[in-house]
Amino acid sequence: MKVSPVTTQRIAVGFMWMLTGITLAVLVFILAFILVHGLPHVTWTFLTQSPSSMGREGGIFPMILGTFLVAGLAVLLAAPIGVATAVYLSEYTREGRLTLVIRFGADCLSGVPSIIFGLFGFVFFAITLGMGLSVLSGSLTLALMVLPTIIRTSEEAIRAVPTSYREVSLGLGGTRWQTVFYVVLRSALPGISTGIVLSLGRSISETAAVMLTAGSALRLPRSLFDSSRTLALHFYLLSREGISMPNAYATASVLIIAILALNLLAYSLMRRFAVKATR
Amino acid sequence: MASHALGAAYMKSIFPTLVVLLVFGTVGIGCRRTSARSVSLLGSTSIQPFAEMLAERYAKDHPGEFVEVQGGGSTAGLQAAESGLANIGMCSRSLTAKEALVFTSILIARDGLALVVNRENPVVKLSVEQVRALFAGRITNWNEVGGQEGPIRPITREEGSGTRESFVRLVMGSERIAGRALTQESNGAVKELVKGDPAAIGYMSLGLVGKELKPVAMDGIQPTVENVLAGRYHLVRPLLFVTKGTVNAAAQKFIDYVLSSHGQSLLASEGLVSLQ
Amino acid sequence: MKRDKVIGAILLVVALSAISGLALITVFIFREGVPIILRVGPRQFFLSTDWDPSLGHFGILSMMVGSLFVTVGAAVIGVVFSLSLAIVLTQFAPPVLAAALKPVIELLAGIPSVVYGFVGVVTLVPLIRHWLGGPGLSVLAASIVLGVMILPTITSIAIDALEAVPRTYLEGSIALGATRWQTVTMVLLRAARSGLVAAVILGMGRAIGETMAVIMVAGNALDVPRSLLAPVRTLTSNIALEMGYASGDHRQALFATGVTLFVIITILNTAALAVSRQRSGKRHAR
Repeated sequence: MKVSPVTTQRIAVGFMWMLTGITLAVLVFILAFILVHGLPHVTWTFLTQSPSSMGREGGIFPMILGTFLVAGLAVLLAAPIGVATAVYLSEYTREGRLTLVIRFGADCLSGVPSIIFGLFGFVFFAITLGMGLSVLSGSLTLALMVLPTIIRTSEEAIRAVPTSYREVSLGLGGTRWQTVFYVVLRSALPGISTGIVLSLGRSISETAAVMLTAGSALRLPRSLFDSSRTLALHFYLLSREGISMPNAYATASVLIIAILALNLLAYSLMRRFAVKATR
Repeated sequence: MASHALGAAYMKSIFPTLVVLLVFGTVGIGCRRTSARSVSLLGSTSIQPFAEMLAERYAKDHPGEFVEVQGGGSTAGLQAAESGLANIGMCSRSLTAKEALVFTSILIARDGLALVVNRENPVVKLSVEQVRALFAGRITNWNEVGGQEGPIRPITREEGSGTRESFVRLVMGSERIAGRALTQESNGAVKELVKGDPAAIGYMSLGLVGKELKPVAMDGIQPTVENVLAGRYHLVRPLLFVTKGTVNAAAQKFIDYVLSSHGQSLLASEGLVSLQ
Repeated sequence: MKRDKVIGAILLVVALSAISGLALITVFIFREGVPIILRVGPRQFFLSTDWDPSLGHFGILSMMVGSLFVTVGAAVIGVVFSLSLAIVLTQFAPPVLAAALKPVIELLAGIPSVVYGFVGVVTLVPLIRHWLGGPGLSVLAASIVLGVMILPTITSIAIDALEAVPRTYLEGSIALGATRWQTVTMVLLRAARSGLVAAVILGMGRAIGETMAVIMVAGNALDVPRSLLAPVRTLTSNIALEMGYASGDHRQALFATGVTLFVIITILNTAALAVSRQRSGKRHAR
């Protein structure tokens, strides 16, 4: 029996729509599962109190602060350094074997599993350099982890800027730095900021590398040298050990909402800058 | 316009350099953790919940004292005590002869080691022999030990766990735990797994069993604190605070608190066997 | 002009420190890991399934097989769903819907792996245990969870690859009387093949590096998995489980595992690069 091509198309496309529907359903399910169980427990006191009894009661304020410190400091360190490196590699050096090697290295390192960075950070920062389990160990480790990604995405964004822009700027009498700063960086800003926001999201979600560099202390950190627990780690420990399921769901909800907000910010930033750049 | 551009330019280039200098400077100057006024404990996941409780109570009674507790397992605790990562290592097994040369150990309580099964599992008692065979993989079906037909799923701990080490010493002897045993990295994780799987059997701290699991009687003796105290239940291990060298004043204060009647009564009320 | 030179010098310093910092990590990891591989013997290290640190046995074969099974499983799921998604979004969905769905897919990428692992443990694992048998913590569970996690990666690269195929190819095919589906299978997929393969390879790279979700749903048993329903331990899980207390040789063996992962991912990245370069090469040859 010969099936007509139109029928084949109907079946095939229908099947793929079904798979698409399943994918979306899975996404919605995951989000709904966490938020439905967790949002009812996310109260103002929950967000501003400290935990007690290992997290069974109380809130998650130290974890919010801890996440803020560890991830924020990591990106604060990695972003300027990464962008500066990308600028130097693409604008101040000639394309050659060295830049190819560096680019390849950055590509590889951005794919290296985060646990390896965690192992390095634990042995090098926490033990060898004596920083112990601390916010500082954690953020330095994460900074190194996201640095290659920021370098690569910034470099790609910068190289995507048309050469004509640079030529016009130089033709108008601008110095190299003025060209880079006012023309190239401005145009590359959407790509660069996307890379940075993505790295921030990755730092916030990171658990394994953080567990053994920033530690898992429940108390509010008094300084960069104190250990602190991040939201992702707190959620992991609460759920894994069955300490408090409601609090686990609530922590996950806070985490997911923070990341969703971050993604939204990235998306709107990208659109705003993209519009400006193409003008 | 020129000065504005300059300002912006310097901002963009000086900033990262300053940051780099700041980081390396901080690293160079403030490397060693200032552990003068804080107490950090790291190690056994069996001791961790109790240490957390003690730390909370201690902080209430002594405001200004900062005690921080982390997990990681007994061996990690020993290493932390050695490398200075923590002031006190928490260890839920007795030290080996080599370790005893390097560390000072302080007994804070004793803890029974319980074999636990799911509440739906009809098995209520096992012999040490059977448990050994079961975990070694020689017995694979529940109906061989008086239960319903079905595969046995043994759950073990990671290698650095004091609980696992104690279990190996007290039950397994020279036999190795089967390679197909599921591995979990804390007492809590074992508990959650056994809670959810009717065919599972695991070993964990007696003090943490709670009501959701069924502890199994070993050689006819129920795992209870009374039986441990009376010497009838034999699967018992020491809970130790381990230190290396001299302990700083703050840490000593905390240790004294734990050994005091305040600390001991708290531990006893939570299911541990306190030192009387 | 002098300012320009100063700024250039500052940028050079920053770039050098960044690059040397990253190089330091690579050197450190290799320096810690390679000696133990040589000491134990590469054959013993890579081909023995005996991992028993207390006895000094460091064979990572069962973990490598574990990582392989789980990654391939994830890739299968990734290919099926991502390709369908990419094809639907680029060829059959109305543009408005496609534009709306793309950021939604990106959303999936933002969910932390511990959340995926948790949902997997609470919903998927009991289902597998009840309906298919075994502990539930299994190769299957890990493959499914990882497959969902790498979906956004594969989908976005696949969409780029599909959209890069010149419209003239597609229009030509339709003009010759082919249905849209025939165009997809006979023209579009063929033309975008290298980009799609690169997408899958990169997705596999992500899957092999995943740690937390796998620890939660895979069971972490040391034996080589005998079936889809058997528990499994991956290279990354092994590092995460043991790094807290490993010391001496054991710690170096974990670094050696890291070296292995590093090399595997470098190979995957290079393969993806080579495959996608092949595509542009082909086009130029035409």
